[in-house]
Amino acid sequence: MSQEGFSLSCQGEKGGEATVSLSGRISINSISKILHETTLFLKESLPSKFVIDLAQVDYLDSSGALMLIQMGEKAKAKSIPFKFINMSDKTKEMIALINRDALIAEPLISEKRTSGIIERIGEESIVFCNDIKEVITFGGELVLDIMYSMLHPRSVRWGDVILYMKKAGVDGLPIIGLISFLLGLILAFMSALQLKQFGANIYVPALLSIAMVRELGPIMTAILVAGRSGSAFAAEIGTMKVNEEVDALIAMGFNPTRFLAIPKVFAAVVVVPILTLFADIFAVAGGLLIGILVLDLTIYTYIQQTIKAIDMFNVFISIIKSMVLGFFIAGIGCQRGFTVRGGAQDVGNATTSAVVAGLFLIIVVDSIFAIVLNYI
Amino acid sequence: MIDSYQRPPTTDPIIRVDHLKASFGTNTIFEDVSFEVFSGEIFIILGGSGCGKSTLLKHMIGLHEPVSGRVLINGIDITDAEDSEMMQLRRETGVLFQSSALFGSMTLFENIALPLQEFTNLPQEIIDLIVKMKLGMVGLEGYENHLPSELSGGMKKRAGIARAMALDPTVLFFDEPSAGLDPVTSVELDMLIKNINKGIGTTMVIVTHELESIFGIAHRIIMLDKSKKGIIAEGNPWDLKEHSIDPRVMAFFNRHVIDNKNKGM
Repeated sequence: MSQEGFSLSCQGEKGGEATVSLSGRISINSISKILHETTLFLKESLPSKFVIDLAQVDYLDSSGALMLIQMGEKAKAKSIPFKFINMSDKTKEMIALINRDALIAEPLISEKRTSGIIERIGEESIVFCNDIKEVITFGGELVLDIMYSMLHPRSVRWGDVILYMKKAGVDGLPIIGLISFLLGLILAFMSALQLKQFGANIYVPALLSIAMVRELGPIMTAILVAGRSGSAFAAEIGTMKVNEEVDALIAMGFNPTRFLAIPKVFAAVVVVPILTLFADIFAVAGGLLIGILVLDLTIYTYIQQTIKAIDMFNVFISIIKSMVLGFFIAGIGCQRGFTVRGGAQDVGNATTSAVVAGLFLIIVVDSIFAIVLNYI
Repeated sequence: MIDSYQRPPTTDPIIRVDHLKASFGTNTIFEDVSFEVFSGEIFIILGGSGCGKSTLLKHMIGLHEPVSGRVLINGIDITDAEDSEMMQLRRETGVLFQSSALFGSMTLFENIALPLQEFTNLPQEIIDLIVKMKLGMVGLEGYENHLPSELSGGMKKRAGIARAMALDPTVLFFDEPSAGLDPVTSVELDMLIKNINKGIGTTMVIVTHELESIFGIAHRIIMLDKSKKGIIAEGNPWDLKEHSIDPRVMAFFNRHVIDNKNKGM
């Protein structure tokens, strides 16, 4: 007996009756070998009659039984008379368990459709337009719900607002602080290399602080919040959709946008500006380090130059911009979460899409601010 | 549905659970649980909600590590097995999860073909046939291109069984197979389990609290209880129903509320 626990012997003269005797365990592990050897034997002996002796079989699983049926089918296809002999009751039962009609049943639906390129472009365009429609609808709903919440502050789940402020704000501060510090450090160092040549060292603090407060602070913070929290909002709401929790909310008479999205949006609108201010401070600290170590400035001069460069209007604009960014990041995160329909894969898609759409919106909002401010 | 007095087909243990203790943190779910499952029998683990039935099943398939005790399948201690031994064992056992756990991004064909493609070296045309056969066995012929999300709950369970049986395992574990199914589908599922057990001789370990299933298909049962944190009854369900004097066992089989609970109400 072989390692797999089965053995096979083929007897018969060329052109006469061929007998294949199987013994031992005929299971999924052995069918490949049995099929191979039997086919070879049949090819060589070209029998007029084919018999399979199952007397010594002590274990037969469903794959084994399927193989026996298939051998019979193959013989039939070649018009060779075929039969099983010495079949035990157990083997008979096992073979009877296999529904032969199922083996040739046509699939009820065809395999994944492959459509032509024009059809696909059309489909994708429809999906894209629907997507935009959904985002605009959700945006409208969200604005209405925010207005409602302003008028009815008791309807807002303030406990959740605090929780999301902690998650998106306090928990995000270390990474935002670190990245801003390093960004300030690099920016100061790179500009110092250039400005040093002209003896314009003293302008490094101004350059850094204006760049950070006007542009980089809000954008860097928004990008990090989109990556950390926008994705988390989408995943959370998406999983709730999969688990029918959102349906439960609707059935209980809650408005899911008000219940799930409003606390997240409020939290983001509050914490993103605060995080932006921290980002600015950390970046200035990074620049300060370079100012002292590379540019031979004193702490006093550096800070004085920084304060001189920042005007309060820019700080104010930066805060307003961050609030708008916070609104869009949290809003798109929640919207993507609500679009989840299927299972785990859909949640993944929604999360990815929340981050990508969030990044896109950050750039759009920033550009609008830049253009509008130019005309003020 | 009333069956003749059922006896286990053999008495050689294929699974042995030995003084098993499980806990989550400081909360002990059960302790000192010992029993044997015989080869080829339908063995049911039952008990009320929260008594640790599903936890016990997860220990038996090696998904949870016990606090103490052993679980032996085919003589191999799964709490202390080598990775290679464990891999071999996992191929010889199949599990139907409570929520079917079909992969949502794959069609039924891909779900069932996955273990065949990964763990055997069968040619694709045989794999195709095996998948069709398994779908036929669970009454889902023609559904190979459907996604799990396009199926009803009962169909998902049957597809789950087809996937669990893909490699013709010697032991099949079922976690609440009839939960959430209508009575007709649930009886059909019981018949399917019985037919597979009879035809292939697969040992079945089933967690359930459906009385119809218990009396319809079980050779032997054990009953777990929350207050005892262990087994309170073991044996043939008909025997237990008629002869047990434990009020908890009687309450379960006869759908009574236990007296002391009544007093408290």
